[in-house]
Amino acid sequence: MTQVDQNALTQFLLRLGDNTLVLGHRVSEWCGHSPVLEEDIALANTALDLIGQTQLWLGLAAEVKGNDSSADKLAFLRDAWDFRNVLLVELPNGDFGQTLMRQFLFDAWQSIMLGRLIKSSDPRIAAIAEKVSKEVTYHVERSSGTVVGLGDGTDESHARMQVALDYLYPYVGEMFLSDDTDAAMVQAGIAPDPSSLRAEYDALVGKVMAEATLVIPDRAYTHKGGRTGYMHTEHLGHILTSMQWLQRTYPGAEW
Amino acid sequence: MTRPDVKQVWEWLDGVPDPEIPVISLVDLGIIRGVAWQDDTLIVTLTPTYSGCPATSIINMDIETALRGHGIERLELKRQLSPAWTTDWLSGKGRAALEEYGIAPPQPAGGPTRCPQCKGSNLEKLSQFGSTPCKAQWRCRDCLEPFEYFKCI
Repeated sequence: MTQVDQNALTQFLLRLGDNTLVLGHRVSEWCGHSPVLEEDIALANTALDLIGQTQLWLGLAAEVKGNDSSADKLAFLRDAWDFRNVLLVELPNGDFGQTLMRQFLFDAWQSIMLGRLIKSSDPRIAAIAEKVSKEVTYHVERSSGTVVGLGDGTDESHARMQVALDYLYPYVGEMFLSDDTDAAMVQAGIAPDPSSLRAEYDALVGKVMAEATLVIPDRAYTHKGGRTGYMHTEHLGHILTSMQWLQRTYPGAEW
Repeated sequence: MTRPDVKQVWEWLDGVPDPEIPVISLVDLGIIRGVAWQDDTLIVTLTPTYSGCPATSIINMDIETALRGHGIERLELKRQLSPAWTTDWLSGKGRAALEEYGIAPPQPAGGPTRCPQCKGSNLEKLSQFGSTPCKAQWRCRDCLEPFEYFKCI
């Protein structure tokens, strides 16, 4: 394996772990509020998987970072400007349709990314990707099915899903942007260039949206700044006040 | 102390029930990937079922409690992610115990073949998820009873 800059590797792992952490927390906000019990359980399970994946990614990020770091410290003791998740995952839940639309747009990307990471030159990353991709395959199956069901549903559900897609789609492009960190990963054979996933993603999303009778908006504009830490939306800070409250109030508290 | 034979250790581990589905053992579940002695330390290698399954920490505690109860003093639990856990590793005994308990065992086709209660085959899926990460909810249209299906992964 080519020697890779450890700071770049940490950044790369934070991006993966922060995506699943922030989305996992967002999805967990539905617990006890879903339209029907089965969906409540499904959302809670999805959130649980995402938080479990976070432990693996941030656990490895902490190992690479060293200095007595840990997955818990990274999750609960960093402030908004240190988070490296894409903006898409921190956006509010909205209605049930918007939550599932966001889930599908992320699941589709994650499933393709993990398929590549299984072949990572870093065996630790390959092992996590192998494990996690099984869960994510299941997530895509469910979120795509729900997007189709609601999109090609009643007039009301169709209209809401189109509004959700119009709102969320400008955030999709950020998942495919590349910078120096990505270039370092590509060079070391650790991860693909995110832009190389776009064609496969467009094919998958295009197929599902066609089936859902939804129209993909023109993608001329892309909101960005989350994965580089340049600027998050105002929503991230609000998530952190709730997510980090316990560790901030009772430092070092353990379950 | 004398080092108990690894075969003996496997038998002991087969006596440790899964904390969520106590009718099957941890060995039946297929998550114990190795038992070996390294000098005087017993190394038990485990793989998680789902990365976020809260039972994982309880499982580690139960293994430690059981093996210490059998006199093992030096014990190390190792986590192994690859190869990733698959329901193909469920034992035949475990699959039978699941059905007897009312949980349909995993099938490669992706859904249960029969109702674990009345054995009817007229089934419908209620939700892809269930009360634990490893299960989904189904219902039998013959006896109208809902039941859980152990997801095939």
